[in-house]
Amino acid sequence: MLGEGLLKGLAETARNFAGSYVSKERLTTVQYPEERVAPIEAARVFPFLVYDGADWEAGLRCVACQICEKECPPKCIYIEKSKDKKPDYVGKPQIYPARFDIDVSVCMSCQICVEVCPFEAIKMDTEFELATQDRFGGLLHDRKQLAKSNEYFHAIHPTEAAEVDARLDEEKAKVEAKAKAAAEAAAAKAAAGAAPAAPPAAKPAEKPAGGGE
Amino acid sequence: MSFAFYVVAALTLAGGLAAVLLKNLVHCALALTVAFAGLALLFLQLDAQFVGFVQILVYIGAVAILVVFAILLTRGSETPKSSEIFSRTWLAGLVVAAAVFAVLGWAVLQAAPGLPYATVAPMVTVQEIGAALMGRYVLPLEIVALLLTAALIGAVIVAMHEKEGAR
Amino acid sequence: MLEKADQIFVLLLHWLVSFLPSNWQHVASVVLCVATIVLLYPALFAIAVLLERKGLGRMQNRYGPNRAGPFGILQPVADGIKSLTKEDIVPFRADALVHFMAPLVLVVAVFMGFAVMPMGRNMVLVDLDASLLFFFAMGASTELSIFMAGWSSRNKYSLLGAMRAVAQMISYEVPLLLSSVVIVMMTGSLSLVKIVEAQNHYSWGLPHWYVFTPWGLAGFVMFVIASMAETNRSPFDLPEGESEIVAGYFTEYSGFKFALFFLGEYVGMFGIAGLGTTLFLGGWSAPFAFLGWVPSWIWFFAKVMAWICFFIWVRGTMPRLRQDQLMNFAWKFVLPMTLVNLMVAALWRFMGEGLLRWAVCSVIVVVAYAAMGRVEMRRGHLGPRSYRYAE
Ligand code: SF4
Ligand code: SF4
Repeated sequence: MLGEGLLKGLAETARNFAGSYVSKERLTTVQYPEERVAPIEAARVFPFLVYDGADWEAGLRCVACQICEKECPPKCIYIEKSKDKKPDYVGKPQIYPARFDIDVSVCMSCQICVEVCPFEAIKMDTEFELATQDRFGGLLHDRKQLAKSNEYFHAIHPTEAAEVDARLDEEKAKVEAKAKAAAEAAAAKAAAGAAPAAPPAAKPAEKPAGGGE
Repeated sequence: MSFAFYVVAALTLAGGLAAVLLKNLVHCALALTVAFAGLALLFLQLDAQFVGFVQILVYIGAVAILVVFAILLTRGSETPKSSEIFSRTWLAGLVVAAAVFAVLGWAVLQAAPGLPYATVAPMVTVQEIGAALMGRYVLPLEIVALLLTAALIGAVIVAMHEKEGAR
Repeated sequence: MLEKADQIFVLLLHWLVSFLPSNWQHVASVVLCVATIVLLYPALFAIAVLLERKGLGRMQNRYGPNRAGPFGILQPVADGIKSLTKEDIVPFRADALVHFMAPLVLVVAVFMGFAVMPMGRNMVLVDLDASLLFFFAMGASTELSIFMAGWSSRNKYSLLGAMRAVAQMISYEVPLLLSSVVIVMMTGSLSLVKIVEAQNHYSWGLPHWYVFTPWGLAGFVMFVIASMAETNRSPFDLPEGESEIVAGYFTEYSGFKFALFFLGEYVGMFGIAGLGTTLFLGGWSAPFAFLGWVPSWIWFFAKVMAWICFFIWVRGTMPRLRQDQLMNFAWKFVLPMTLVNLMVAALWRFMGEGLLRWAVCSVIVVVAYAAMGRVEMRRGHLGPRSYRYAE
């Protein structure tokens, strides 16, 4: 009969209406500023720069390679390379970003910068309360605002941070082993004088093979 | 002839003039609506409620809408830039207008002597109109009603008619 | 005492104007009544908006607005302040005059309808002989304002919305009028006051509302459907389908003019709800004889609000129709039903008192409804929808 479905629909919404007053489970709304949902690990909002150690400026992993700047689809990253160098986590001298700005109002949270960074230097934050009253300066985050410690990274994305740390440690171990091997080989070479078929000293890895998956 | 009459009459005339003088067709249609509304007000001012309301219902509610609909569906709201107010067939138009005016004027003049000059409170209520329609004029009413009902049912049947395979 | 409560507004009016010299009294009372109507309905509008937002929220298992004031009851105030303080933007290419006139015409037309609405015993501004006709005439004028708004904005969404609105309102005006005609046939009067009085009788404590007759019920259902379409309410809200054409005919309106459109729409809803109440639900008469002591205006406004709540309920339930479904529904179902209903009403009139006419008329109405519904469902015009996403 025509109209049956309409009546069923009306009954359903009436049930919802009445039910929302009696059973609290029906109402899934979280009353935001007072109530909050537990932080979600997979959440991603806005990138931040990871640093190791205590000093944010010295510990920044970023080497200002500008890959992320090139890849960012809306072009909201602005990097200026430094003139001098500072040692990175393996101790190799690297340039660092003298300026690293990201525009919150332009960033679309796509995570591409994270995907392309070969140095595990930029990660996604879960902080979402980025509103400000200054719509020009306040929305442009500089490197000081962006820098967050590795411990913070562990706190918000434990799984991913553990993976990243494991990979970096591996890298570091490999580099150290290689350096040791090279040093040993050099020592052996020096000791042996003229060994005929000495393998060419493996170059220390220029690039850690990391940078994501 | 009260003050209100002059205001309403001026409004009606202005609407009618605007309807022929404006360049944008939709503006013309809207001005025509103003003229219709003025006419309705004139009827109301003469205490002819029924005619006044029917004038609003039919002319503003249906005819004006039909006119704008037709304008939009047929030629869009853009008016050609160079168009003149006077069309090329203005002579024919003038003749037709003059003829219509002459007939109307003649009719009014014929009827005028019989009409009282002072405005009298009209005795005709809606109820009396209804009674007259159902009594003296029942045959024309029934014919018109039959015609309209037939048209309505015809419209429904046309709408119901289904082309095979069309969905 | 109860008599006094019933007539409180009438007495208040008389008392207030009695302070004035006698030749001013008439003018003053008209001005007072108009002012009351113009203030009362926006207040009701605020309540209705709040009800709507809260109610829809609950139907979707949300809270609805609950921030402004306790339980969010100040939300309409906040909305009002917001829309009043917003910038009024007129599109550069818009037709400024028509753009400006459209909301005014709408609001004036919808408010005019209340002039003839009996809102309680002796509570009608002007008791016209042809008040029903007057109401429909005013309702028809709103179409023009919608067209003006859509056309003058120079926006394709606006124009599309206006075209949809006009097509829809023309289509549904026919069943709206035809479903009201049965009432006129029965009462023998176009006057809303007389129509209410004709329904204000009781037998065995039950009222003689027209909705409690076969033809009245059928007319009522058709009237409700057509009135939803006339006021562009969901599920007939194609003219302002947010997901399709932004906001339809008032896309280009902002600030106060937008608020006027919003107001006009809701006041139009009150108008049509009041008319439906008057025609089918006995206007200001009490639903049971023993409740006759409750002031009549309470009944009128309670019924109107109930009607609005039903609109909200339907809005929370039904999805929007497609244009062809809308037209099919109007011309292939609602209109034939109202025509059948006209016949039934005539039969009822000429069969005289008795149970027989109840049986015959009910059977005709039910059979017509079932048959028409079945045919249309089989053809796939009405009934469950099927979608094909790609041909
Ligand atoms: S890709 Fe990584 S290392 Fe390179 S500039 Fe961006 S954040 Fe720094
Ligand atoms: S998340 Fe996407 S948009 Fe944002 S800075 Fe990174 S690459 Fe750019």
